[in-house]
Amino acid sequence: MSDCKCKDKDLNIVCRCEDITIEEVRAYIDNGVTDLEQLKRMLRVGMGPCQGRTCTPIIIRELSVATGKPVGEVPLTTFRPPTSPVKLGVLAGGEEDD
Amino acid sequence: MTRTADAVVIGGGIVGCATAYNLAKKGLKKVVLVEERYLAGGATGRCGAGVRMQWGTEPNCVLSRDSIKIFENLEEELSYHDSIEFKQSGYLLLAYNEKMVEQFHKNLGLQHKLDIPSRWVTPEECQDLVPHISLQGLHGGTFCHKDGHCNPFKATDAYAKAAQRLGVEILTYTKVTNLLQDRDKISGVETTAGIIETPLVIGCAGAHTMELGRMVGVELPIYPERHQILVTEPVAEKQGPMIMSFYHGIYCQQVPHGGFVMGLGDPNEVKDYDEDSSWQFMHEMAAKITFILPALKDLNVVRQWGGLYDLTPDKTQILGAIPEVPGFYVAAGFSGHGFMIAPVVGELMADVMLGEQPKYPIDMYGVKRFESGELYVEPSVV
Repeated sequence: MSDCKCKDKDLNIVCRCEDITIEEVRAYIDNGVTDLEQLKRMLRVGMGPCQGRTCTPIIIRELSVATGKPVGEVPLTTFRPPTSPVKLGVLAGGEEDD
Repeated sequence: MTRTADAVVIGGGIVGCATAYNLAKKGLKKVVLVEERYLAGGATGRCGAGVRMQWGTEPNCVLSRDSIKIFENLEEELSYHDSIEFKQSGYLLLAYNEKMVEQFHKNLGLQHKLDIPSRWVTPEECQDLVPHISLQGLHGGTFCHKDGHCNPFKATDAYAKAAQRLGVEILTYTKVTNLLQDRDKISGVETTAGIIETPLVIGCAGAHTMELGRMVGVELPIYPERHQILVTEPVAEKQGPMIMSFYHGIYCQQVPHGGFVMGLGDPNEVKDYDEDSSWQFMHEMAAKITFILPALKDLNVVRQWGGLYDLTPDKTQILGAIPEVPGFYVAAGFSGHGFMIAPVVGELMADVMLGEQPKYPIDMYGVKRFESGELYVEPSVV
């Protein structure tokens, strides 16, 4: 974002849709939130237009370290349609425009 | 492992968390809350996040009016350090035919009797409130500036954290497998984490409360029904009020985060536990919302999801004791408006479970009304 107030160049944004830093994620994990479903709801990670394509693998790795579970065993959240954003006008026109 | 508790709350949505908080606040020492998934993983976390006082029956008007009063100061009451994203930009309910105009005036009469500051608005006044609304077919509407929005995850988290500070134990990813009885009386809860011996149990498990009833031989008239929602990308503030049309069966609000959240009630929905998303919903939702709010056509949809209403035959919640099973209480069947009345429901249920006189009488919201036929048929539901 061009109007970003953040001056700290060392800030590590893991969720680019919602501007969430790794530090924010770690703060929740340190408070015992070790469930990706809960992190998503509390921090909005994975709720943006990319649906977690960037942040999910990074957060899963953090959760793996925190819980001692292998990365492959950390449960993911449900993937929601649409795969990529679609305009309401396009969805509304659907059938006639085929 | 067997443990004991003064009371067990089943369900980690906002109703369960608010009830557990109020039980502990009233001095109950050992309260255990059992949740099958994670907190707000069911109906609460999947709801449309709106709060409104504009209802068509007295119970819903009163419970929502007083709950909104609690939401106004909830962060303070629960010492919550985050924001519950509560905003009061009003609800604008739209009328598209004479029958609705008549029903809305009837509702206004009831609401005014109960000190709810709602009013009739002409189509032009609708446009003052929501400049991008289309006047096509619009007969007018009703507006209440006290209605609005609250973040269901955060509000549930606020109650859960406050409850835990008062000593409530919350067990997530724990499923109730049976309710135990000593003769008729409740004696315990069997869970995937062992048995909890307790004389008091409350079912706040949404549509699943029906299954809890069956464990003690009670048939509760609560049915699951899928409702779907979508959300757009966040944009600059454009729409204050939630708009609702019972004619189209839809609602749409811009939440504080910037996205437009909108949902649809499908009268042909099968009564089942299906929570999946459907393409048909996206298409129908988009068609209806771009008719009412044409300017939204350029907004990108980023996500859709489904959740379950816990419907009752009169679309009004079931609150109170189950007379056949002493010690068993129910707060369920909210029919799509549990989130917005949960703060008061939590207080009432704690009172009733502890044998105290609740703030208002709630006997008439009990399950017996389906036998006596004294129903509260709520007309204003999507």
